[in-house]
Amino acid sequence: MRGLSVALAQDAPIPLAAGFACAPGEVLALVGPSGSGKSTILKCIAGVYRPGAGTVAVDGETWFDAARGIDLAPHARAAGMVFQSYALFPHMTALGNVAAAMDHAPRAERDERARRLLDLVHLAGLEERRPAELSGGQQQRVAVARALARDPKVLLLDEPFSSVDKATRQRLYVEIAALRRAFSMPVVLVTHDLDEAAMLADRLAVLHRGRTLQAGTPEEVTTKPDSAEVARLVNLRNVFAGRVAGHAEADAAGEARALTLVDWNGRRLECARNPAFKPGDACAWVIPDGFVVPHRRDRPSRGERENPVRGTIAAALAIGPNVQIALDLGPGEAHPLHFSLPAHVARRNGFAPGAEATVSLLAEGIHLMPPARGEG
Amino acid sequence: MDWTALRLSIELGALTVLFLLPVGILAGRALAYRDFPGKGLVEALIALPLVLPPTVLGFYLLVALGAASPLGQAWQAAVGRPLVFSFEGLVLASVLFNLPFAIQPMQRGFEAIPAELRAAAACCGMTPWRAFARVELPLAWPGVLTAMVLSFAHTMGEFGIVLMVGGSVPGETRTAAIAIYDRVQAFDDAAAGRMSAALLAVSLAAIALSYAFSRRIGRRLG
Repeated sequence: MRGLSVALAQDAPIPLAAGFACAPGEVLALVGPSGSGKSTILKCIAGVYRPGAGTVAVDGETWFDAARGIDLAPHARAAGMVFQSYALFPHMTALGNVAAAMDHAPRAERDERARRLLDLVHLAGLEERRPAELSGGQQQRVAVARALARDPKVLLLDEPFSSVDKATRQRLYVEIAALRRAFSMPVVLVTHDLDEAAMLADRLAVLHRGRTLQAGTPEEVTTKPDSAEVARLVNLRNVFAGRVAGHAEADAAGEARALTLVDWNGRRLECARNPAFKPGDACAWVIPDGFVVPHRRDRPSRGERENPVRGTIAAALAIGPNVQIALDLGPGEAHPLHFSLPAHVARRNGFAPGAEATVSLLAEGIHLMPPARGEG
Repeated sequence: MDWTALRLSIELGALTVLFLLPVGILAGRALAYRDFPGKGLVEALIALPLVLPPTVLGFYLLVALGAASPLGQAWQAAVGRPLVFSFEGLVLASVLFNLPFAIQPMQRGFEAIPAELRAAAACCGMTPWRAFARVELPLAWPGVLTAMVLSFAHTMGEFGIVLMVGGSVPGETRTAAIAIYDRVQAFDDAAAGRMSAALLAVSLAAIALSYAFSRRIGRRLG
């Protein structure tokens, strides 16, 4: 099989139950809170950490298979790794660092190839600098060049942008995106930054306590999480508990739609049809921010008839050009509904703390999930 | 001025360092990177010469290397002369009592290398041997250098153990430190003073050189 496939399992000292695949040219982001085992998984792929059980295979070549007793030493695995701290060799120049990963190449070619790689990451002219004489962003580029110098079959990036400033990070995103087009290999990116993951990755794997909870495109994972736990990990805050009332065909404005009806705290919600749930099933449901539509004072909003919900604005927090609003839904619902609006819209409609407001929850955005543990 | 004694001291110091260099690197690296049962005990044993009175260590060495011991008998059979009160015996004793001075700074030197850096060496495709030669040793070098200088300077100055194991055989075991003692016993203060000054100069030069090198390496590693 082309690409990388990983299945890891162990109970202690770091619990692992992770499985995923990454095709050549694909960027897979492992996301999760710190301590979720993301870095350990990369180390398992590179061979610098040995898990209790599992397999790691790249392009049909088995690097690790606990059951068959296969465990290739890290230097025998063609994995290019960019460490969180970059881990550049402080006593070597930038060029020396890159050439240090070229033991497999003929001696005569190393210098020229190392220069070419440094040129590729826009460091031409800085070949003779030592890491201490380079900025954080430049060090990161040397680390990337060094990882590529190995002619890796898989590229592993461990929080590669965590110690550079925001402006540098934006530039590096663009460069990494360009590099992945130039090299067709599986790229596994570890990050705790969901926006970064969504921007750079084709697919996300959400991890918690060493376990892969869900893998899918950024859109899938952030709008259709498999569980309330995933929803929480991808920062979806509007997770509520309900019970499935039944399925229905509705005819809204001459448009036939398949719906699942959910009873929620005395209200009946129309949700996009999910045949996996049967009437009477307990469920959790989530609605991403973009599907919460506030009713305007001046004119009707899109989808205003869908699931109108009235509440009191508990908080309105201005963040940049937007306002984050928390809508208190009254007794019976412990946590508020969150949504954001452009600041001028909030102002014009009087969305301020203490004000009453009505919003519509668009049926197409409501996603049903199994009930969160301890409920239902 | 007893040039023979000074030369003997320098030879003893140099040979001690030569033997301790591989021992210290291997042991220091193993103690820095490996965990094994009884590691604490091993570290305590290595550190023992730091706190043990030299005469106590000297006494045990005298017994262990003496004509009645298996080692002493084996040496006598192979070389034809006793191990104690010989230069070779002195070198062996010197290597043993300098173990902490060699191993501890090297261990600290290897410990100071971040684990990620060693992982990076492996991820760069370096075999363990290449990683040792190209990454670990150059980075642990300040510790290795400190260890060599300390062992050398300490050997130059050691008195109690040398006296116990080697006695004071001219040209064989009478080191500069012993010669100074001899001169003082003979009320030859002028000769003792010259010898002391020479020993002081050699020790100071060794320490100063090591500091200068460490600083240079420190700057290089940034």
